[in-house]
Amino acid sequence: MKHDATDLFGLFTHFLVLSLLAIGGAITTVPDMHRYIVAEHHWLTDAQFTASIAIAQAAPGPNVLFVAVLGWNVAGPLGTLATMTGILIPSTVLSLWATRWGSQRRETRFVRAFTAGLTPLTLGLLLATGWVLAEPYLLEPTHRWGALALVSVTLLVMLRTKLSPMWLVALGCIAGAFGFV
Amino acid sequence: MTGVDAAAPLAVPASRRELFFAFTRLALQGFGGVLPVAQRELVERRRWLSRDEFVEMLAISQVLPGPNVVNLALMFGDRAFGWRGAMAALGGMLLAPMVIVLALTALYVRFDQYPMVTGALRGMGAVAAGLVLSTGFKLLGTLRRNPMGLPICLVFGTLTLVGTAWLRLPLAWVIAGLGSVAISVAWIRMKPR
Repeated sequence: MKHDATDLFGLFTHFLVLSLLAIGGAITTVPDMHRYIVAEHHWLTDAQFTASIAIAQAAPGPNVLFVAVLGWNVAGPLGTLATMTGILIPSTVLSLWATRWGSQRRETRFVRAFTAGLTPLTLGLLLATGWVLAEPYLLEPTHRWGALALVSVTLLVMLRTKLSPMWLVALGCIAGAFGFV
Repeated sequence: MTGVDAAAPLAVPASRRELFFAFTRLALQGFGGVLPVAQRELVERRRWLSRDEFVEMLAISQVLPGPNVVNLALMFGDRAFGWRGAMAALGGMLLAPMVIVLALTALYVRFDQYPMVTGALRGMGAVAAGLVLSTGFKLLGTLRRNPMGLPICLVFGTLTLVGTAWLRLPLAWVIAGLGSVAISVAWIRMKPR
């Protein structure tokens, strides 16, 4: 896929804005990345988008690296540069500044209201992200039941046991490779 | 937690280089999330933070925008060696894992016509969805201690879910609109301290 400088700049500025909205982690902005990259610009298909995130989940490291993979799949190394610097610069600057400012004001009414008010939105966004990731499989009749089974097993194991997510990722890999999903 | 003596003095990172490699080591162990590994390495193995300090830093890093565990690295690095320390911790955490994940991506593009490969990725994608959902469900319990009360929180959470997953509204609108209403409600419900 060929992209010009305008596309790269658009990608960069979109991720700059998302960086400041990513309360609760970069993963909570997945629905908006999907809206921008898949629905609005058609740079990736639904399946490519979900595969990008799955690759990042399968590899070690912070979850935010799915942003690097998305950038790579849209426009190669320059795409990664655009998305990663976009998602990191604003939140890094703000983080460093706010930690120094906020550590003295943690108990003030404003800081507490800010935290308390945004917590339910963060959780709503996490559930929305889970839905956006699962949806492309659930809508396809051939993959629906296998995917639903894997999502349910993952939920059950994560909520009921202390097993490392690594084993579930391995289970998904094997079940998928042998055609159960 | 076994092996942690609360009274023993904490250690400090000796140099920015040590900080860099400590965060690389920590990141490379994190399959499906780095936070649990960060706790084990920083608090229990290296003893650079007490458990209380870790929880406090985590709370702040969750309120701030941006990736939580990245914010945690920044904060810790900043405390140890100022902004250069923050850059060392950030670079250590991201560089090596990024090379690995991009190599996997490049490999995947070459093998994506094999049904076994696409199948494996589909399986991992479904698990990834389940992991994110389970994190959301686990944290729902914390809403009981929210000053707005559980029912109001569930209304805000549901509206966010419907707005972003179903109506696909731009996130900026949802946070600016719904977020400012929620912060105002929390402010009113909260007694001044």
